[in-house]
Amino acid sequence: MKKVISANQAVSQAVLAARAQVIAAYPITPQSTIVEMLASFCAQGDLQAKFINVESEHSAMAACIAAASVGARTFTATSSQGLALMHEMLHYASGLRFPIVMANVNRALGSPFNLKADLSDSLSQRDTGWLQFYCESGQEVFDTIIQSFKISEQILLPIMVNLEGFILSHTYEIVDIPEQDRIDAFLPRPAERPILDVEDPSMMGATTDLYINFRYKMHQAMEEAKAVCQKVDGEFRAIFGRGYDLIQTYRCTGADIILVTAGTIAGTCRVVADRLAAQGLKVGVLKIKLFRPFPKELLCQALADAKKIAVIDRDFSPGCGGILAQELKSALLGSKPDISVHEFIAGLGGKDVTDDDISWIVEQAMKAREPGGIKWIGLLE
Amino acid sequence: MDRPARMKFPIPQEELMYSGHTACPGCGAALAMRYVFKALGPNTMVVIPPSCAGTIAGAFPSSSLKIPTLRISFETAAISASGIRAALDVMGKKDIQVLAWAGDGGTLDIGIQALSAAAERNDNIIYVCYDNEAYMNTGIQRSSATPEGAWTTTTPVPFTKDTPKKDIVRIMAAHKIPYIATASVGFPPDLIKKVQKAKEVVGTRFLLVFSPCPTGWRYSSEMTIHIAKLATETGIFPLYEVENGDKYRLNRRGWKAESLKEYFSLQGRYRSLKEQDIDKAKERVAKEWAYLLRLAE
Repeated sequence: MKKVISANQAVSQAVLAARAQVIAAYPITPQSTIVEMLASFCAQGDLQAKFINVESEHSAMAACIAAASVGARTFTATSSQGLALMHEMLHYASGLRFPIVMANVNRALGSPFNLKADLSDSLSQRDTGWLQFYCESGQEVFDTIIQSFKISEQILLPIMVNLEGFILSHTYEIVDIPEQDRIDAFLPRPAERPILDVEDPSMMGATTDLYINFRYKMHQAMEEAKAVCQKVDGEFRAIFGRGYDLIQTYRCTGADIILVTAGTIAGTCRVVADRLAAQGLKVGVLKIKLFRPFPKELLCQALADAKKIAVIDRDFSPGCGGILAQELKSALLGSKPDISVHEFIAGLGGKDVTDDDISWIVEQAMKAREPGGIKWIGLLE
Repeated sequence: MDRPARMKFPIPQEELMYSGHTACPGCGAALAMRYVFKALGPNTMVVIPPSCAGTIAGAFPSSSLKIPTLRISFETAAISASGIRAALDVMGKKDIQVLAWAGDGGTLDIGIQALSAAAERNDNIIYVCYDNEAYMNTGIQRSSATPEGAWTTTTPVPFTKDTPKKDIVRIMAAHKIPYIATASVGFPPDLIKKVQKAKEVVGTRFLLVFSPCPTGWRYSSEMTIHIAKLATETGIFPLYEVENGDKYRLNRRGWKAESLKEYFSLQGRYRSLKEQDIDKAKERVAKEWAYLLRLAE
């Protein structure tokens, strides 16, 4: 059924459709409407789940981990400071190899205080062992949450689905919500996996000198995750007619310049690419949907013939630069060491990244012979 | 209640802890765990945050515990138990008891936020704080359960702790949860009885179990039970129950002020106490007792 809903509501609808069993949540703007709606689903009996009103995001993640330890399908949502507070438990979730799905509504981290979109909150959690998806529409959010439960339960690693605060989370769009039986067919009850059981007592999370082996297993699971994500996306496409791939390319073949970004900025880039194509400039757009594991091979392949690359980061690692740019440069080092990557920081703290901004980025990158350091867009002069 | 002839609740025979665990000789915490597990029985799951108990439970791939165990982060004992409870309930496994097992640091300090929240929600869990009055697993550092005048590695002489022990029982009572009890490894039948009583109650149940630590308190390991008994007999650690936040019941009346000196002198951690400090301690215990008696009226 097609509904006009916000992306936050798309998250809630997906969690309902996925039949989550334990939901633990703590309010934070701009995430709160997700868990408000889920609380309402539980209260009305639409969703047969336990909803735990926890006292912090740290406890929200701890509750999901504990519930997962006995086999429940679990979900929570957060943003920014809440994600930062969870940081410790993010490591526990992945280290215990539990399937957990979380929506993170990207918001700038304080200080200074800012409620709006910024990907630094989740990108700075890149080493916690979570898969990370970035979405750009309500439909993509719904579909990615559904896919994430399936992927997570197969590879036994938690997944963070990211959507930008307000720009996406509070934007109302048409979202197609498939019939429940079709969702159930795609996402059945989770398969058997190791859980705590009074019939067969075991200890999870114990002290061990084999730590490095556990980490190596996680590395292997992350590597395998790329193929699993592609397979699940393929299955989803076969049933529902929509798919997303791990990276998405647009007009990249033969392009004079390829813009690389994540999230909603990609949409604006495509509009600009169309406009500039009419003027004879070939601009390609590459959206990174899966950030962890980083789809290095796919990116190298997609950028094999790139003449010039400009990365637009709505995030920032102080003392380093845009996080997507750093990751991309590192990935290309083996295959395209000579490619010039122009780096742009834009839209931090929810600042609009307009079509004019994108045109300016293209113009700057095209006329520069070599990348001249990180350029910041939208600074108040 | 400490004389076998009067035991109404024999200690269950079934062992749910294996021998060969890694506790120090004379460890009160290991005894407490053994008794509580016996009282709860095998249809139980436990969460353990970092603590001596976590160490006692063993290292992968071994375990000294015969009940399913989740080793979780320091602040999350209560919410982890709540999370398991929620999942078991939704999956129709309502008969399994979920136990949070944490030390005094994991309870009174870093875990109090999640514990308070679980109690406020009245989550259906049993929370046991085994109290050895400091961070023993990390090497005897001060916690908010460390008593006034006690030495620890972070309250070295002459800067021994100069504030009283936090009263976690009164804090928990303020949450109006259905059942709270203090218990001690010095009085096993009383401890077992309270755990069995807690098992029959639905909602958040909190037990504070006095668990002397020879390593941290600086006494000889065979003295654990003697010291535990003294702590209760001197009124330092009274045994009582609180139902629904306001119904107090003292399990043992009267306290022996004259034994306080022995209690302190047996433990190296109190070596720097002067005669006047012991007098001050007597005053403190007298005041606490008077208060408890009023509550129990």
